[in-house]
Amino acid sequence: MESVTDLTVRQIGRTAGQVMQRNVEVTAATDIGRDLGVDSLTLMNIVMELEDVFELSIPLDRLADVETVGDLAALINQLRVRT
Amino acid sequence: MGLLDKHKAYADRYQTIRDAGADPFNIRFEQVTSPTEGVVNGRRTILLGTNNYLGLTFDESCIEASSAALHTHGTGTTGSRIANGSFGEHLDLETAIARFYGKQHAMTFTTGYQANLGLLSTLVGRGDHLLLDADSHASLYDGARLGHAEVIRFRHNDPDDLRKRLKRLKGSPGKQLIVAEGIYSMLGDVAPLKEFAEVKREMGAYLLVDEAHSLGVLGEKGRGLAEAQGVEDDVDIIVGTFSKSLGAIGGFCVSDMADFDVMRVVCRPYMFTASLPPAVVASTIQALNVIESQPQLRHRLMSNAQRFYDGLKALGFHVGPNCSPIVAVTIPDEPRAIAVWKALLEKGVYLNLALPPATPDARPLLRSSISAAHTVEQLDQILAAFAEVGAEYGLLVDAPLQRARG
Repeated sequence: MESVTDLTVRQIGRTAGQVMQRNVEVTAATDIGRDLGVDSLTLMNIVMELEDVFELSIPLDRLADVETVGDLAALINQLRVRT
Repeated sequence: MGLLDKHKAYADRYQTIRDAGADPFNIRFEQVTSPTEGVVNGRRTILLGTNNYLGLTFDESCIEASSAALHTHGTGTTGSRIANGSFGEHLDLETAIARFYGKQHAMTFTTGYQANLGLLSTLVGRGDHLLLDADSHASLYDGARLGHAEVIRFRHNDPDDLRKRLKRLKGSPGKQLIVAEGIYSMLGDVAPLKEFAEVKREMGAYLLVDEAHSLGVLGEKGRGLAEAQGVEDDVDIIVGTFSKSLGAIGGFCVSDMADFDVMRVVCRPYMFTASLPPAVVASTIQALNVIESQPQLRHRLMSNAQRFYDGLKALGFHVGPNCSPIVAVTIPDEPRAIAVWKALLEKGVYLNLALPPATPDARPLLRSSISAAHTVEQLDQILAAFAEVGAEYGLLVDAPLQRARG
């Protein structure tokens, strides 16, 4: 069975693909900037979509420590517990 | 390994642009001879990218006021107002801008960028939320980063999306500040302020509007979009700049909020910057008089903008959603955007090239800013240059004529 983190990682991949309009393969270890070529604006757009998917608020200042898809999944899961 | 290696991706991209024989980010004017003309590479060039909406940089009365202040008070203040004191004229300017807006308080900054840094980092703090329109200017994003509030973006110009995101914050104890702009600097589109004001009232939030590009441009009195949409009482803080329609440099905010003066001792970008030089203060006060006493400048600006916007549309260029003094043409790809920018410059037309991520939809823009000082002849000359490059680079895809034929 997939863990919560795996499911979140998969959702991030789907959403990133929608925003960037291309197929995106991700694992928790995927580096968002280096491997996916996501710039700061695209990352903010992906996050805005993810806020709607998960029905939560992801403050931009929390993205400072996010480098990999796994980091972003962990942040989302942490915010889901809080709300 | 050098200190700047981390910027290598940007350095490489910049080099690619320069290799194409253009340097849009480092253009040199050998002369600027009027609000609408300069000399570039020895060629007389029409200025179409200077935000000089009312053409006041060469207004005789502004130059005279500035020159008199320069001779009376010297070249600079050499310090911040909190440390070195204010000149009487700083207070006169704040009185003038507060009166212009009909607000109790006004505070000036040395640039518009600093006004946004100062306000967004100070009006809200830890535990509060900033709700930024996704297409906000860099100064608003940077101000958000300087402060300690949590930052949430909402979809550009979308009141329902704003409401949805505010609802998600229900139950969090802090205050919420919504941030929008009068005219957006890239596409020239305007915010649905009436709807934002409704959301603000419904959700108990505060509203800040940046009228940088709309002061002197929109509204019967030239106060901006909040005036034009009749929601001035709903806007808690208006911020703006002296560097566009007023033809100088500097930023300001006005507000009716109680105890606003505490900002002067807590707002660091205000406290730790040298204040505006007397010549700038004097021309700005006079420029405010001009925009109040000469509404015909605004009318001419709008009719110029309409002529240019309609002209580009008829040619088949892909322009922004509504006509404003900022007219942006979307270009499908970066190499063509650079080539067209360069071709226009060689035809004696200077405008702005904007590249992603500074543009809203990840496509390059050729951005024009129209002035009341442009003549009809200049505008027609520019449209003729656009027609030539548009045909040459295959940009006239939306042409009504072509569609009718096809």
